[in-house]
Amino acid sequence: MPTVTMHVFRGDARGGDFKEYRVEADPGMVVLDLIHRIQATQATDLAVRWNCKAGKCGSCSAEIDGKPRLMCMTRMDLFNEGEPISVAPIRGFPAIRDLVTDVSYNYVKAKQVPPLRIKPPEPDGTYRMMQEDIDRIQEFHKCIECFLCQDVCHVIRDHEENKRAFAGPRFFIKLASLDMHPLDTVDRSAFVKDAAGVGLCNITKCCTEVCPEHIHITDNAIIPLKERMADEFFDPVVWLLRKFRSKKKQPA
Amino acid sequence: MANQDYEVHEHDVIVIGAGGAGLRAAIEAAAQGVSVGLVCKSLLGKAHTVMAEGGIAAALGNVWPEDNWQVHFRDTMRGGKMLNNWRMAQLHAQEAPERVLELERWGALFDRTKDGRILQRDFGGHRYARLAHVGDRTGLEMIRTLQYHGIHQGLDVYMECTITRLLKDGDRVVGAVGYWRESGRVVVFKAKAVILATGGIGKAWKITSNSWEYTGDGHSLALWAGADLIDMEFVQFHPTGMVWPPSVRGILVTEGVRGDGGTLKNSEGKRFMFDYIPEFFKGETADNEAEADRWYEDKKNNRRTPDLLPRDEVARAINSEVKAGRGSPHGGVFLDINTRRPADYIKKRLPSMYHQFKELAGVDITKEPMEVGPTCHYVMGGVRVDADTAQSTVKGLFAAGEVAGGMHGSNRLGGNSLSDLLVFGRRAGLYAALYAKDFGGTLVVDSAQVEQAARQMLAPFERTGGENPYAIQSDLQDTMQALVGIIRNEADLKEALKRLDVLKARAAKVRVDGHRQYNPGWHTALDLDSLLTVAECSALAALERKESRGGHTREDHPYTDDTWGKVNVVVRLKDGRIQVSREPLPEMPPDLKALFQERK
Ligand SMILES: Cc1cc2nc3c(=O)[nH]c(=O)nc-3n(C[C@H](O)[C@H](O)[C@H](O)COP(=O)(O)OP(=O)(O)OC[C@H]3O[C@@H](n4cnc5c(N)ncnc54)[C@H](O)[C@@H]3O)c2cc1C
Ligand code: SF4
Ligand code: SF4
Ligand code: FES
Repeated sequence: MPTVTMHVFRGDARGGDFKEYRVEADPGMVVLDLIHRIQATQATDLAVRWNCKAGKCGSCSAEIDGKPRLMCMTRMDLFNEGEPISVAPIRGFPAIRDLVTDVSYNYVKAKQVPPLRIKPPEPDGTYRMMQEDIDRIQEFHKCIECFLCQDVCHVIRDHEENKRAFAGPRFFIKLASLDMHPLDTVDRSAFVKDAAGVGLCNITKCCTEVCPEHIHITDNAIIPLKERMADEFFDPVVWLLRKFRSKKKQPA
Repeated sequence: MANQDYEVHEHDVIVIGAGGAGLRAAIEAAAQGVSVGLVCKSLLGKAHTVMAEGGIAAALGNVWPEDNWQVHFRDTMRGGKMLNNWRMAQLHAQEAPERVLELERWGALFDRTKDGRILQRDFGGHRYARLAHVGDRTGLEMIRTLQYHGIHQGLDVYMECTITRLLKDGDRVVGAVGYWRESGRVVVFKAKAVILATGGIGKAWKITSNSWEYTGDGHSLALWAGADLIDMEFVQFHPTGMVWPPSVRGILVTEGVRGDGGTLKNSEGKRFMFDYIPEFFKGETADNEAEADRWYEDKKNNRRTPDLLPRDEVARAINSEVKAGRGSPHGGVFLDINTRRPADYIKKRLPSMYHQFKELAGVDITKEPMEVGPTCHYVMGGVRVDADTAQSTVKGLFAAGEVAGGMHGSNRLGGNSLSDLLVFGRRAGLYAALYAKDFGGTLVVDSAQVEQAARQMLAPFERTGGENPYAIQSDLQDTMQALVGIIRNEADLKEALKRLDVLKARAAKVRVDGHRQYNPGWHTALDLDSLLTVAECSALAALERKESRGGHTREDHPYTDDTWGKVNVVVRLKDGRIQVSREPLPEMPPDLKALFQERK
């Protein structure tokens, strides 16, 4: 069984440093397994978030050798043998302790997004939606809220002051999914422009690169949002027409 | 400890747990116009519900118009080997379709039929394709929908806050005490009504699909507050967990794989499930491969494949094959969908399974079979509740979701949990709000109870010597895995109880390092209390039930026994000790009984 060297960030809001741990790795292990092993045997108070250990809950985000990743989906055999592996908290958010950060920004933004308001049902009381009309939104709904995209987005990563009027890629896909929802009736153009600040995004695609769900955040959500904003913000008729068109696609 | 050392919040209703059940309960209570606090151990949106894969069972009749609540009711009762609380099973089957449609109105996007309605998939024990789903990430869709609907309903959400004790005033529950994980500070909730929605107990076993949160907190909180628990001997081992590599052992492989055409095979390439069809299900199960394969397309003229027998049957069958030396290289069996369905279909229907095996096991499930084996998954037992109102046997205390008992009898059918969360989450929220509105007198919280709870929380910091909490947790898991597993017997269960006593003594001396701020060692130490409590309840109930039924198999009592089919095993606390008794099941009315005579 190979022994690996892990450099794990230990510290809190006041600061901290990487601490070295030497741990045994079994075949097939992921980084989270080693963090757990350190916790169980060497540092019982090592703070870390996790739940599913299968890439489904988005709790275990960290920066591993500087790259934003899910600890539970990062296999040890990805790394060169013998080289130390560094594990740090996601830097885009304030530190709480060790690998745990304060992600409350995301919950604040989530609450600001104007929610779905759906149109009346079909005469039989139900709704019909065709699979091809929801494929794209289902892609957005895969989001596990790991906030890795929020972590890498340079608009807020080093610019605390931008956080006030910028929702971040996670919420751009949320906005796009609401906007494309076949049953939705809300006009969010002003919100997308002002409160969510989609204009600040300059399409660097860093968010898309780190998304563990492989959601095409920039191409499928942000760019369409930007285009719409340009068309519709100045012309509400375009917005109405689009809603009308998507309605016509439904079967009677 | 002085008063100013803890913060106090007051609500009409507090909900402990923010999975499907807790969120649905909170939304309903808020809709009744009362003030609601929602408390959870993890961040919002990370509860177990997010991991659910296969789907939500509801007799919508979109794929098979023949389906209706009576058929669903009957399947549920038969799956639970008739030990279910009939009234819960009835309400569940009747109300599930409306709850699913409601989710759609709140924004959920289920996979569609060709005519634009909600598509339904086959699952074990369900007569018709019945599970509304989104690929294999249905729980994610459900929790996000409830979460984003819920945050606009005026709920106060308390995240990363763990409840350790309920507060009582006389015979009624009036709040709860806990701590903030981030700061380690004590927090008190005063509430007229408390809803438990804390999920299960699966962390008491070594091989499990459950996360760190599943330490049976709600079960224990209820027990300590004087409430009854029922059916604690019934623990579901899901037949298909991953077995390799070791670090992912136990992670779930959805039953949807078999629902969509996958079959189980042993090392000889044989579809062994045909050898394990029990008498009880013979009439409705195909006895040859050709019929089983035709059944996927034509349910009227063919009987169901035995790969989709209820979970307890399949788990035992896999266990037997492995014991007989016909297992896969890493001690499981093979689950083959690669030779049975095209790669595109697999990727579309089971994207997260594809991803999971590819990334974690280096296996391409469109090209190779999976290796799978049983994993601890779900507890049927839980807080004894009134079927209609979800109220426990203690006033002011309600329970819904996995923490509640009775709905699933001795074995839960796949997909029946997510629907259970919605149906009984809503009911718990409604009746807790009504109870809070009628609450007579003033809400008083006894500071002595708060202080005692606070002292218990902080005690591990004051000890010197003592053991590391992880070592105790790990020994507990080994004990339950070895002695209270899929196949049980009297000697093992007695041995388990003996070892649990030793573990309790060790836990009483557990020591933690560091300080109170976000300290997982401390959290683990505190969770030991409830973990040991539910382990003991489960072992005691298992020792009591001298028959085999559903999720409880006794090799020393291998048969299902009708006299045991009429009683629940009840555990409750008396003078500080856990007591076990047998109490009669509520009697099913004749019109429902008739449903079991009409058809085979
Ligand atoms: C991998 C997997 C796949 C599954 N697939 C399906 C499926 O396809 N269909 C199906 O029907 N069922 C499925 N199940 C079962 C189903 O997901 C669970 O039974 C269900 O989600 C439980 O929901 P719940 O609301 O009762 O609890 P959970 O969703 O587990 O939520 C429990 C909540 O309680 C909180 N909590 C616990 N203790 C405390 C405490 N002391 N203080 C404060 N908060 C606390 C937690 O933080 C959490 O918020 C699956 C389960 C797993 C593990
Ligand atoms: S593409 Fe836009 S949203 Fe994404 S990381 Fe770059 S700037 Fe941020
Ligand atoms: S969009 Fe992708 S990276 Fe961003 S939060 Fe969702 S899953 Fe994570
Ligand atoms: S633990 Fe759930 S995504 Fe890693």
